Amino acid sequence: MDYRIEVEDLNVYFDELHILKDVSLKIRKNMVTALIGPSGCGKSTFIRTLNRMNDLIDTFKMDGTVLLDREDIYDPKVDVVELRKRVGMVFQKPNPFPKSVFDNVAYGLKVHGESDKDVLNEKVEESLKAAALWDEVKEKLDKSAMGLSGGQQQRLCIARTIAVEPEVILMDEPCSALDPISTTKIEDLIHRLKKDYTIIIVTHNMQQATRVSKHTAFFLHGEIIESGPTDKIFIEPCDKRTEDYITGRFG
Amino acid sequence: MYRILSPKISQKIMKSIFWISGLITIFILLIIIGYIILKGLPVINLEFLFSDPIDSGKAGGIFPMIISTAYVTLIALLVATPLGVGAAVYLAEYAGEGRLVAAIRFGAETLSSIPSIIFGLFGLAFFVIYLDMGWSVLSGGLTLALMALPTILAASEVSVESVNKSYSEGSLALGATKWQTVYQVIVPAAMPGITTGIILGMGRAIAEAAAILYTVGAALAIPISLMDPARPLPLHLYILATEGISLDNAYGTAAVLVIIILIITVVTNTLVDRYTKKMMGR
Repeated sequence: MDYRIEVEDLNVYFDELHILKDVSLKIRKNMVTALIGPSGCGKSTFIRTLNRMNDLIDTFKMDGTVLLDREDIYDPKVDVVELRKRVGMVFQKPNPFPKSVFDNVAYGLKVHGESDKDVLNEKVEESLKAAALWDEVKEKLDKSAMGLSGGQQQRLCIARTIAVEPEVILMDEPCSALDPISTTKIEDLIHRLKKDYTIIIVTHNMQQATRVSKHTAFFLHGEIIESGPTDKIFIEPCDKRTEDYITGRFG
Repeated sequence: MYRILSPKISQKIMKSIFWISGLITIFILLIIIGYIILKGLPVINLEFLFSDPIDSGKAGGIFPMIISTAYVTLIALLVATPLGVGAAVYLAEYAGEGRLVAAIRFGAETLSSIPSIIFGLFGLAFFVIYLDMGWSVLSGGLTLALMALPTILAASEVSVESVNKSYSEGSLALGATKWQTVYQVIVPAAMPGITTGIILGMGRAIAEAAAILYTVGAALAIPISLMDPARPLPLHLYILATEGISLDNAYGTAAVLVIIILIITVVTNTLVDRYTKKMMGR
């Protein structure tokens, strides 16, 4: 089996706080992996380690290895800018830029040096179509993205991410600020995107994990308690704590 | 607990007090502006606006003073805006917390509370004499730049700082560099606040008499080169009134100055409003 990401013995600290403890996880190509677990268990910190967003925090320290396509992303030779182009991220709260719909999607392309108008037009349309948003916004590409609904904004953020053609898309509770209808649309979108992208989604919603993912990892207090095929985790978990969590006994 | 007033009544009383405070503020503003404009309006006509002063300003117009004002204010803003905005971006985005940052901030705060006449004296010693710029629009403009700088810096810093952190996260996560993020996302989002800061700085510069008293000279002719002496409107107004040349023309000059400031404020506010609406999709 081909792995896109291989994490081994990852430890993450913020100051003296030991956030992730000896975490190892292999993530397969072109598949959706769900990370579940109670708040504060380290899921978000984990995915932010994968695109080195934690580097922005002064007190961040880590050891262990994180391989993307067999290359260590924490190697000093790695260009973080290039890495983040390959590993895109969608945040919990939709965060479009206060710019037009078009400029939001074109932004990533422009910062990576694309300036040809025709190419930009084509890529923007392609990305918006891939994010199932094109029909809703094609008439208002020059209008501010801030005027879109929350669900549309989140799909715009997904379009913005896929415009730079990443290999991996990290999603940090992408639906937690959305209504059920918008959530369904995002989930449908994830289903369509998984054939082209490796998706890692953090979610608090158990049903969502079962609906969208093929693999699931259960985090608790900074450790991975159990990981494996989603069906197995949800139907016959090995660990009592996993069972307690998914059946809603805590968390 | 024993209460003298019921919450409902104290709520009403406080609301009225706030309402009255607001009303009084607007009233004071209207009285001052109204008084100046009413007193000045009779002497304002096209000739007053577009001709040279005669007999030290006893008669004639104020055209050279309008040009002088535009000249020194423009110099002040051309110098203070890049410095102020640059320092603000540095403080808000790059500096973090440290001694240097604390020192810069302290410096800016102190600078903004120094009386303008001190700036004038400094301008005289430094620009006019030490750098040998003489009494000129350049000396005056640079002195005004020093005055406008802390205002522009403070307003810009607050505005850059208050840009939603999620924007820069979004930008960095797409592989943008810090500089691309600052330049293409943060500064545009902070633009309304930065513009307000520039306008506040301009307000300080355009209406200043004391700081240019010793630096710009008092020439009545239209300044052409940067090294020419000049007489901006506030200085002209000051001279007309203190030397008893013509109180009527002093009011006329004051009214023109007030109207110019009002126009600039209204126009920029409208533009900033429009920009914000477009940006935020309202």
